[in-house]
Amino acid sequence: MSASAEATVLITHEVGLHARPSVKFTKLAKTFSAEVEMALAANGPWFDAKSIVKVMAAKAPKGTMLHIRAKGDGAGEAVGALVELVRRDFDEGADHARTA
Amino acid sequence: MPEPLRLTGISASAGYAEGPLFNLEPVAARYASKATAAEEKAALEAAIGVAAGRLAGLMEIADGEAAGILEFQVAMLEDDALTGPAFVAITAGQPADAAWRQALDAEIAGYETSDQDYFRARAADMRDIRDQVLRALTEDGGAAAPAGAIFYGEDIAPTRFLETDWSCGGGIALKAGSAASHVAMLARSRGVPMVVGLGASPAHLTGIALLDAEHGGIVLSPSKAEIDAFRQSSSSFTARRDRARTYLDKPAVTKAGTAVRVQVNIADPSDVDGIDISTCDGVGLMRTEFLFGKTLPDEETQYRAYRKVLEWAGEKPVTIRTVDAGGDKPVPGFTVEEGNPFLGLRGIRLSLARSEVFRAQIRALLRAAVHGNLKVMFPMIAVVDEYQRAAALFAEEQAGLSARGVACKMPPLGIMVEVPSVAIAPEAFSGVAFFSIGSNDLTQYVMAAARDNAAVAHLNSVRHPAVLRLIASVAAFGQAKRIPVSLCGDAGGDPASIPALIEAGLRDLSVVPAQLAMAKAAIADVAV
Repeated sequence: MSASAEATVLITHEVGLHARPSVKFTKLAKTFSAEVEMALAANGPWFDAKSIVKVMAAKAPKGTMLHIRAKGDGAGEAVGALVELVRRDFDEGADHARTA
Repeated sequence: MPEPLRLTGISASAGYAEGPLFNLEPVAARYASKATAAEEKAALEAAIGVAAGRLAGLMEIADGEAAGILEFQVAMLEDDALTGPAFVAITAGQPADAAWRQALDAEIAGYETSDQDYFRARAADMRDIRDQVLRALTEDGGAAAPAGAIFYGEDIAPTRFLETDWSCGGGIALKAGSAASHVAMLARSRGVPMVVGLGASPAHLTGIALLDAEHGGIVLSPSKAEIDAFRQSSSSFTARRDRARTYLDKPAVTKAGTAVRVQVNIADPSDVDGIDISTCDGVGLMRTEFLFGKTLPDEETQYRAYRKVLEWAGEKPVTIRTVDAGGDKPVPGFTVEEGNPFLGLRGIRLSLARSEVFRAQIRALLRAAVHGNLKVMFPMIAVVDEYQRAAALFAEEQAGLSARGVACKMPPLGIMVEVPSVAIAPEAFSGVAFFSIGSNDLTQYVMAAARDNAAVAHLNSVRHPAVLRLIASVAAFGQAKRIPVSLCGDAGGDPASIPALIEAGLRDLSVVPAQLAMAKAAIADVAV
């Protein structure tokens, strides 16, 4: 039986889902075998969360409610891990200091 | 001898460079087509591999910001979603270079049309990826720039910046470009002078150029006199900067041992990310207009922005100014169209007229206050009634939040001194918690010279005796009544004005972060 999971999380990063967070986001998504997608609205359009081209193309600004869903092996873990990453502000507390 | 040519732009990284111009050419398409689609695909695959390898090589020597950009570019090159369309086009009969260019240009266009500065600025990173692969395809190593060259062109690729040896000087002068680009960030962190936005200037230029990235300009074919003047400004800048650096970590003290507090002005919460809190005495002015962009911000968005800065500052004070829209800062849906906006419904006048917007900001401030050492000030106060009405709204909202059990705290409430009525007759305001002199507006109102009008710029001087006398009288009033007085206008960070401000009795200045070191150095020179 194929598992599926879905969740939403608020992007609090100052410039939104930009270059470095997108790299972290897609790298993490690729560690799961499940098919993972993201969207800026509940009814889509849905983007491949493992593709940096697609994730960047979504141009999610700060304050966006990000929708994440996954299908297949470890779908729940994948969604959980990605939501956690966004919640932790992409671990940019220290890194972000250099972008100003 | 050709006539000197002067171009004006925007400084993206302060400094001076004198050197030969080097034209940044777009990549020349000298690609030799292959016989079959399979060979075209193999050529593109190899070129992508070469480009990714070069980027990975740069990553080994890069750190921080630069490594982040390179990692992003490598991730892009490894993504089939980026390269796929090019391989499809090759199958359809396109040569590798055209297929790649087309695929990338489509992607780049998506960034160029973004309505957010940040994403628009990424178009340069994408063009860089495109050109890296094209360069590998055409085996065009790109003409080497001479040492100490000033790179001139439309835009410059981050990899080009990283490949260049800046130890012999040199700089960047761009017709387009953006101060928010990755290259601009790199240039600032490496101290490479850079000017952007030179506009529609000649396509190709040669010869020696003088790049003044302190003020934002470049002179081509300079005269002897211009070169001499430039070298003087350049060495004075270097001396000031080098000397200033040694002052950054120390508290500011004058020659006579008088301590001066130096705080920073910030316009956006992310401004504090690049500042070490130990180098300043707090935030003397946090503007809140940034929140009022296209739409009016909700309470939650504001609360998070204020809290971020308060938590960064720790125990040090953060003075947040309630929204100062109007004048030269219109906000759609909030400010009104007026014939004379500087003398119209702006600052506190507008906030009191649109109290539902003001109340949301007040609630956000009251809630954020529990997370640090917050002070709040009102802009454009002219009469004491305005202060009292604003303070009453704070009290009302605090009562409302407390009744709902929401954590909140009343911050000290002060006023900006920028309308001459307050500076002339401060005695009406003996009940406020503090004064912050807004020297930009105070000067323009005292001198009747708009600060956004170059034709009257010569009148707009904070050092005019009339302005200085008002500042001195406010400082004296504050001292007599034990009301703290600070100054947060541009004059506070101007080394030429600092001595006069300290002589006028000020001991608390707030400056933009980039001027922090220079301001401390200038204070150390003051005899008072």
